[in-house]
Amino acid sequence: MTGATARRRSLAVPWRAPLAAIVALAVAYFVILAGIVSDSSQQLTFTSAIPQAQAQFINAVTIGAIYALIALGYTMVYGIIELINFAHGEIFMCGSFVSWWLLTTLGFSGAITDPLLLVGVLLLAFAVSMVVMGIVGVVIERLAYRRLRNAPRLAPLITAIGVSFILQNIVFVVVSNSIVTTPQIIPNTVLTFGFFSISLINLFVIILAVGLMATLQLFISRTRLGRAMRSTAIDRDAAQLMGVDINTTIALTFFVGSALAGAAGVVQGLYFGITVFNIGFQAGLKAFTAAVLGGIGNTTGAALGGFVIGFLEVISSVWGQGRWSEAVVFGMLVLVLVFRPTGILGQQLADRA
Amino acid sequence: MTAAAGVPAPAAGPRGEPLLRAHEVHSYYGNIHALQGINLEVFEGEIVTLLGANGAGKTTTLRTISGLMHPRSGTITFDGGDITSVPAHRLVRRGVGHAPEGRRIFSRMTVLENLQMGAYSRNDKAELQADFERVFALFPRLRERSGQAGGTLSGGEQQMLAIGRALMTHPKLLLLDEPSMGLSPILVEQIFQVIRDIHAQGTTVLVVEQNALMALGVAHRGYILQTGRIVLEDTAANLRQNPAVQKAYLGG
Repeated sequence: MTGATARRRSLAVPWRAPLAAIVALAVAYFVILAGIVSDSSQQLTFTSAIPQAQAQFINAVTIGAIYALIALGYTMVYGIIELINFAHGEIFMCGSFVSWWLLTTLGFSGAITDPLLLVGVLLLAFAVSMVVMGIVGVVIERLAYRRLRNAPRLAPLITAIGVSFILQNIVFVVVSNSIVTTPQIIPNTVLTFGFFSISLINLFVIILAVGLMATLQLFISRTRLGRAMRSTAIDRDAAQLMGVDINTTIALTFFVGSALAGAAGVVQGLYFGITVFNIGFQAGLKAFTAAVLGGIGNTTGAALGGFVIGFLEVISSVWGQGRWSEAVVFGMLVLVLVFRPTGILGQQLADRA
Repeated sequence: MTAAAGVPAPAAGPRGEPLLRAHEVHSYYGNIHALQGINLEVFEGEIVTLLGANGAGKTTTLRTISGLMHPRSGTITFDGGDITSVPAHRLVRRGVGHAPEGRRIFSRMTVLENLQMGAYSRNDKAELQADFERVFALFPRLRERSGQAGGTLSGGEQQMLAIGRALMTHPKLLLLDEPSMGLSPILVEQIFQVIRDIHAQGTTVLVVEQNALMALGVAHRGYILQTGRIVLEDTAANLRQNPAVQKAYLGG
């Protein structure tokens, strides 16, 4: 069976180089963070600043994971229909409200100490939010974008902004116009492994995000539907000639991307304990920046970009300049667009034409 | 199986129902009236060629047949059924394979993945393996390159991949759009030999070409298309002898 062996060879994902890059980046960030922490408080030397830097490092990875999850939806939708789905940030926001609604309806208000119950409730919250937001994404595509697929590009873009306002206003009117407190059901436990300590919530978010991203990569690279998605992204006509129903495939892309944003919404509530109707705007813009930074259309790049944005944000706030974090992030966007419009991993766009 | 490789079949005559029939087909790109009443028939076991200058509507004809476009009026029947408004992705399952103009391979997918895409809508495992072997036998080069990204292949290899990918749909009717475009004379010879082989294995072929000499060399019958209309229809042998065809398309 030559087919099978060749298949295994061809689908071996190149992981060594990206992994080395991630480790190098992580080390660099850690040193920078430790340097900044010790610099900003005179009492601390570089070495004594390490525990604080470590906490900020984990914070950055956690925030980065949230951005990465949202950025994946931007990049997938762009990859397949070349639309910047500006309503995507609101999907994240709605996801946070779905989990808030679910958890408060079930009567939870604080940490759940029974591990079995905790796992069950978490599973339920993620499943419900992901499925609901996935369906919302599909409905939005069907109603607002499908008819505009062959229209000039500006039309669906403006429509996306319109959809964004509609979703915001629905939540504003139906739920609340002020900040809502979400039950933080994960206990505030700190796990210590030798020198390394991490709180349960951070560990949970990081494992969840990495797990979802790995699953997504496997889905895209190895399954039949993943191949359908990639082929539709490369050449819609040719994909149809292979028997791919592109309407279904595009709907599936919206489902998966929106479900990931829904998951990010649940994480938002669990980690920060709050949500508000306009939270999706800025989170969406930052995740969009992450997608551009990594190379829009490239899922690995979006994940990487998410973590970079998380670090930028945390670094600027550790520096004592939290007010500037937006300026730093969007300044980065400007720099990337000027000097490397295809993004960090964006060279794959070159063969589009 | 009818005619041996390369030997023109008997002149087109009443041979029952054609495999494909386009009747008075009018297609538009926006307001541009691209096909202005195309009548065309392809019988099972034939190689038919569609010739014409740039912009005559050859590609539009194939796109309309394979369901990428739908005619504004007229009907297309295939294998006994009306396919006028059947979308492309459903038509693949009914046996229309289309290797489009410009190859259109999936550049960022490997050669093997491209061929797997051809098999996307099939679930006949045993026959599928046979078809992989058939394609690799026709194009040994594709087996060598199976793990390589499609975009890194040479032009000739990409054309082989485009044809191989269309064959993986296991078509009754294979539509080829300018398979010789941009290829060296040796590769053009090879591609046309492959067309003969594919036909000898029992696949009906409709090939659009600018290289009229080569196309009329393999085809049984031909149609000449001019600004959206069929202006001439005859056996390949007669078309080769036709002074007007020689003057316009054969450099005579």
